[in-house]
Amino acid sequence: MSVGPLPIAPYRRLWLYGVVAGVLFFLVAPIFIVIPISFSDSEFLEFPPRGFSFRWYAAYFNDPQWMAATRVSLIAASLTVLFATPLGTAAAYAIHRAQSRWVRSLHVLMLLPQMVPLILIGIGLFYVYIQLGLVNSMLGIVLAHTLLATPFVVVTVLAGLQSFDMTQEKVARSLGASWPVAFFTVTLPQIRLSVVSGGFFAFITSLDEVVIGLFVAGGDNTVLTRRMFLSLRDQIEPTIAAISSLLIVITLAALIAVALFARKAD
Amino acid sequence: MACSITIRDVRKTYGQFVALDSVSLDIAPGEFLTLLGPSGSGKTTLLMILAGLIRPEAGSITVDGDEILRKPPHLRNIGMVFQNYALFPHMSVGENVGYPLKLRKVGAAERYERAREALKLVQLDHLMDRRINQLSGGQRQRVALARAIVFEPQILLMDEPLSALDKKLREQMQIELKHLHDRLGMTTVYVTHDQREALTMSDRVAVMNHGHILQVAPPRQIYERPSDRFVADFVGESNFLPVEMRDGAAIFGGTALQLAEGQAAGSGNKALLVRPEKLDILSAAPAPEHNPIDGTVEELVYQGETMLIYVTLPGGETIALRRGTRQQALSEMPQVGEPIRLGLHRDDTVLIDEAAHA
Amino acid sequence: MHDMTACQRGHTLNRQELAADERREKRQILGLSLPAAAIILILLVIPVGWLFALSFVSNGEIGLANYARMVEYSAYLSIFSTTILVSLFVTLLCIVLGYPVAYLLGQLPPRLATIGLAFVIVPFWTSILVRTYAWLVILQRQGIVNDALIGIGLIDEPLRLAHNLTGTIIGMTHVMLPFLVLPLYATVRNIDGDLMRAANNMGASPARAFRDVFLPLSMPGLIAGSLLVFILCLGFYVTPQILGGGRVIMVSMKIQQNVQTYFDWGAGSALGVVLLLIVFAIFYLVHRLAGLDRIFAR
Ligand SMILES: Nc1ncnc2c1ncn2[C@@H]1O[C@H](COP(=O)(O)OP(=O)(O)OP(=O)(O)O)[C@@H](O)[C@H]1O
Ligand SMILES: [Mg+2]
Repeated sequence: MSVGPLPIAPYRRLWLYGVVAGVLFFLVAPIFIVIPISFSDSEFLEFPPRGFSFRWYAAYFNDPQWMAATRVSLIAASLTVLFATPLGTAAAYAIHRAQSRWVRSLHVLMLLPQMVPLILIGIGLFYVYIQLGLVNSMLGIVLAHTLLATPFVVVTVLAGLQSFDMTQEKVARSLGASWPVAFFTVTLPQIRLSVVSGGFFAFITSLDEVVIGLFVAGGDNTVLTRRMFLSLRDQIEPTIAAISSLLIVITLAALIAVALFARKAD
Repeated sequence: MACSITIRDVRKTYGQFVALDSVSLDIAPGEFLTLLGPSGSGKTTLLMILAGLIRPEAGSITVDGDEILRKPPHLRNIGMVFQNYALFPHMSVGENVGYPLKLRKVGAAERYERAREALKLVQLDHLMDRRINQLSGGQRQRVALARAIVFEPQILLMDEPLSALDKKLREQMQIELKHLHDRLGMTTVYVTHDQREALTMSDRVAVMNHGHILQVAPPRQIYERPSDRFVADFVGESNFLPVEMRDGAAIFGGTALQLAEGQAAGSGNKALLVRPEKLDILSAAPAPEHNPIDGTVEELVYQGETMLIYVTLPGGETIALRRGTRQQALSEMPQVGEPIRLGLHRDDTVLIDEAAHA
Repeated sequence: MHDMTACQRGHTLNRQELAADERREKRQILGLSLPAAAIILILLVIPVGWLFALSFVSNGEIGLANYARMVEYSAYLSIFSTTILVSLFVTLLCIVLGYPVAYLLGQLPPRLATIGLAFVIVPFWTSILVRTYAWLVILQRQGIVNDALIGIGLIDEPLRLAHNLTGTIIGMTHVMLPFLVLPLYATVRNIDGDLMRAANNMGASPARAFRDVFLPLSMPGLIAGSLLVFILCLGFYVTPQILGGGRVIMVSMKIQQNVQTYFDWGAGSALGVVLLLIVFAIFYLVHRLAGLDRIFAR
């Protein structure tokens, strides 16, 4: 019995290949238009750009406001990783190990941040942060981003746990390891790639977050995306293209790292 | 150094399903005891409870008189070999075997020495630096064994450790395990659903079905004097013939059977257990200790070292007997359709209550 | 008699102690999930609950004024209908564009499928802001599309593509498409090729085999993906705000405006509550029709 892909005769489905290629092009084209434009030497957003220059990158790196926002974003993303990864890993482990209904309803709870419209989370947090004095504070930003990033860690680590043989943890316990020791010496080393992947996803989630940042990440702690959003409303200068290109590169690097991990884990 | 285990009224349920129903069992110090039973009978469950990896609802387990049921597994000092070995793929062979010692804070040098000693016992000390995924099935099995005994536990549990190996290797490992047990002398509980393996290796066999232990006895007694129909059926091949108990005599096909000593008690309907290899083909003049059974040859099945002969009795029952396949015996073999007279020696009669376990 | 007592003893030996141990272990495991659960409860459930309470306060008085306004003013009605229509349309576009992708990738050999999938995953993880900006660049008056169309002589005057409904829909579709393709692909990948072959062998035409075998089996993924897209569209803010140029007002934008421009928490909250109720109602409806646990079963 051959389970697996159906052989499609290419000549018969040419139109299908065409449509799919078109859609895939539609998906990636915008991303790869931004990068050439970021190297343009003119103030107009022409494509293809007529001349080559680093002037928009220079503009970005020489602007203290952009730099401050970048710094805030990077710190927030790093702290979010530090918060969300252990929280998400612990929760995933609990969900995986417990069979009770209680914990399974926790799984649903983990999906809530994806179900509830971001704008609602944004104004809700805004309101609560006003009472707590957390508006425009780093702690407030990191907590909000942790809320959004934790589910990604949970999902990624759960997938890792599902391909892990839990009897190994039982063996370890029979050999003399208490279960925390068994977890750290046997389970974690084997699921570490999915944990690290979850961390990368947490980083990207925090770095790219816009809506909540519009409400709670201003003032001294203005995040990069908020500044970008606000300047997009006024003008669409190529500096944004330069920043966008850098964000794209960071995302790509993270995804490639995750893909390499996934291959190594096989 | 070996210790005794006393299991009392251990009960485990999964929702409505009763996996173990008040199981009690006494295991002597240094004994090799095998849990034998069909798939789903609760063998693994009982073993896991001994190891502390499954918590029963009720019961008591004492080791040398000390209650261990509420002790966490890592404090029980019980070695266990799992059904799928569960070696740690992120450690080398040596690290796997050294792991229990590391947990016991044994220094690196001594750890290395003792891991090597344990691997030597299973003849794998030359593979200490191998990765786990570079080992064959048999080698993995041995590493798992070395890892379970390296910290010198007083009790060793093994859950179908040989079921993934091919027949030859399995038989070789059975002998090796037995020798290892003789050498180390730890109390051993072994799980298998292979009756031959159970009979080969054990001091005593406990036969399980549906969460009950039906009989605990040495291999010979399990095979020769099974206590009930399930045990008789599960261990070895068996024919059952209906007999009626009347005035202390067992009537089969209208005549009273000559019985072995101690078999005559009871009344009502019983079954006569007949093992295929215990039947003789009688010549014209039968010996007086033989119970004669007449029938017609229905089918002959050649199986290599033996021939299986199916015989239909006048009452409609079919029974099977085995003959060796030496040329002389083959030439004297009856033909299909011929009448045949079988003999069952008085001493080989076993009567079993018909009221079998569900 | 004797049996009875043995049996009773068997059921009670160490029973309470073991049950207590069991509960303690359950609590320990539950404890591990507590920090994550607490974050979600404190930062999501409580704030949203608070908004719910706020939605009944208008000018310092408790009542339904905020909700009444939504019914009275036709502006609100049109905002809701815009939101729902745009969301529906985008979901539809995503299905039309995404189904062929998932269908083909699901049948390609794994290596090729992975490459194709990268074209979906990279945009999925790329900042929404970056992608929206890209569309702004592409669709503007002197953008690539207009240049190209004028270049080949199809039009004389540049088309209005950005800062309106067209731009909003293009941008939103681009952002949402991966959310449809990924769950659908996961489902399609698991459809046994033998089933389709069997259908073909029994004389079904490829189109018929697709309709009778493939389509029903891909339904859970399609429903999950469409549901996700539709729900996310309903609350979408960034893309319509930037690409709509003020011509497309979605509920989320009105909420933002109420809160940040007019400081009218009651009005903003009431809109949010209605939005959330719509989301939950859709989940409930899909659950009744198709069973959420079946759709999201791993
Ligand atoms: N976690 C569980 N939930 C529900 N039922 C279970 C669970 N674990 C085991 N069982 C059931 O308990 C019964 C006994 O299982 P156990 O694993 O002890 O059988 P076994 O004798 O080891 O069988 P095998 O020879 O197949 O390994 C089986 O019927 C099994 O289905
Ligand atoms: Mg088992």
